[in-house]
Amino acid sequence: MSRKQTKLTFDKPLVLDSGAKLEPLTVAYETWGTLNQAKSNAILVCHALTGDQYVTGIHPITKRAGWWDNVVGAGKLIDTDKYYVICANVLGGCMGTSGPQDLKPDGKPSALDFPIITISDMVRAQAMLIEALGIDKLFAVIGGSMGGMQVLQWIATFPDKVFCAVPIATAARHSAQNIAFHEVGRQAIMADPDWRNGDYLAQKTFPSKGLSVARMAAHITYLSDVALHNKFGRKLQNREQLTYGFEADFQIESYLRHQGQSFVDRFDANSYLYITRAMDYFDLAETFEGSLTKAFGAFEGAACVVSFSSDWHYPPSESRAIVRAMMAAGVHVSSLEVETDRGHDAFLLDEPVFHIALSGFLQSQAEAKGI
Amino acid sequence: MRKDYEAILEQVAHGSRILDIGCSDGQLMELLEKKKGAELRGLEISQAGVNACVAKGLAVIQGDADKDLGLFPDNSFDLVILSNTIQATMNPHDVLSEIHRIGQRAIVSLPNFGFWKIRLLLALKGRMPVTKDLPDTWYNTPNIHLCTIQDFADLARETNFAIKAIMPINGEVRGRSVTKTGFFTNLLAQKAVFVLERV
Repeated sequence: MSRKQTKLTFDKPLVLDSGAKLEPLTVAYETWGTLNQAKSNAILVCHALTGDQYVTGIHPITKRAGWWDNVVGAGKLIDTDKYYVICANVLGGCMGTSGPQDLKPDGKPSALDFPIITISDMVRAQAMLIEALGIDKLFAVIGGSMGGMQVLQWIATFPDKVFCAVPIATAARHSAQNIAFHEVGRQAIMADPDWRNGDYLAQKTFPSKGLSVARMAAHITYLSDVALHNKFGRKLQNREQLTYGFEADFQIESYLRHQGQSFVDRFDANSYLYITRAMDYFDLAETFEGSLTKAFGAFEGAACVVSFSSDWHYPPSESRAIVRAMMAAGVHVSSLEVETDRGHDAFLLDEPVFHIALSGFLQSQAEAKGI
Repeated sequence: MRKDYEAILEQVAHGSRILDIGCSDGQLMELLEKKKGAELRGLEISQAGVNACVAKGLAVIQGDADKDLGLFPDNSFDLVILSNTIQATMNPHDVLSEIHRIGQRAIVSLPNFGFWKIRLLLALKGRMPVTKDLPDTWYNTPNIHLCTIQDFADLARETNFAIKAIMPINGEVRGRSVTKTGFFTNLLAQKAVFVLERV
């Protein structure tokens, strides 16, 4: 498997939804496999809030397998021997793409001077990358969670640049509950005295505690009640009895603390603020006169919408709204509601029913496209 | 080819927009696509069925006829097919009304509980009939709303459908198509395929 790690900096600025101009724009990305002569075998994988471009193989920072290593790779479901797979770090991210840690002309980190970004801005930055790679039309755009939002935005903004789309465990807009959880995370970061009003890089501090709590709160939303109960129940952590104190007596506490702590080693606090904000602002219908059907109206490809029964973060009802709009728009849409008790994170795990569907969909589409 | 599929295919104009409710593994959808160049959508409740369809490149939504017909906009199909499913729905009246809203025409196939063998089994044994077509016992059958051809014709009229044709099917033999329900059709047909059109 050939793997390249690259960054591209563009000459022309990216005009953001807010009206601000971002320049220079840098996009860090990874690719696997080879682009065929017809340039027809490119798959863009879009990562989630805390994901990054290291989809498969060993992650350079965590030294662990990439976030979709079980699905993407040579001979795997998204076969890098057959497809040219691209994943770019999202705009606002902290793995090389332009974000709040970028330096301003005065040499200081942008921090809160970085403009507010949207999902649509992320997608337009990806489109610039795709164009620079010489690809006119992507075979597929695939992503879960926030990655799924980007998939939906792709077929709305660039309907003729996508042959087929797979939005997974996602929603066409952020609900009040989604915004609420994000606000808790942001407030945790901002309440950390080391956040320094966003200026922690210049002041050589880091709001580890705040970012860690944000991650802990968010992580709960990625799992189902049943999954938590099955994995942890009320089991105690390395002890026989309660300590009658505030140590991590329960395994679930210890697990969440570990999740929080390991997150701060690989993620930036301001990036977390900017990206969660972009998700909160996401309401695809709003930019199409309030009609989700209109958003999908120009897309002539096929779509496969996947949701998971126990996902209360982006529940199946959100996917049904997407399917209903696609159906009304005449999209060649399939949908699957996978029965599982593993919650939102199921899209990252080995879920055979989901994987059979994804594989079947891609193969039938590849046949239709002649790859 | 299955006789009910054969009967359905004859009723389909080339290039129609068709919704197949309860499309299973997509066998009928494939036939309609290949032979009639139809623009197809399917609704299927089982994950195995949906996965089989998706792998064939068919556009199939996982869902339940009782709950999910709201996914389809008004007048979005020329034809809606409901094969061998109406008797297994919770609310056949609502399902048929939804089909009326979605499509111009409908083809509904169903087992006929008025078939003479079934009547005989009930009359002679005094027990709920178990046959090759209806192999389940009363307490574990998915067919919770069995009806006769005449019963279904009443419901079709009640939901503002005109009955264009009733095609009786007995095993591998297709009977002569009729436009009105009669005593003998109801007695002699094992299954029936109804062709309905909005009034």
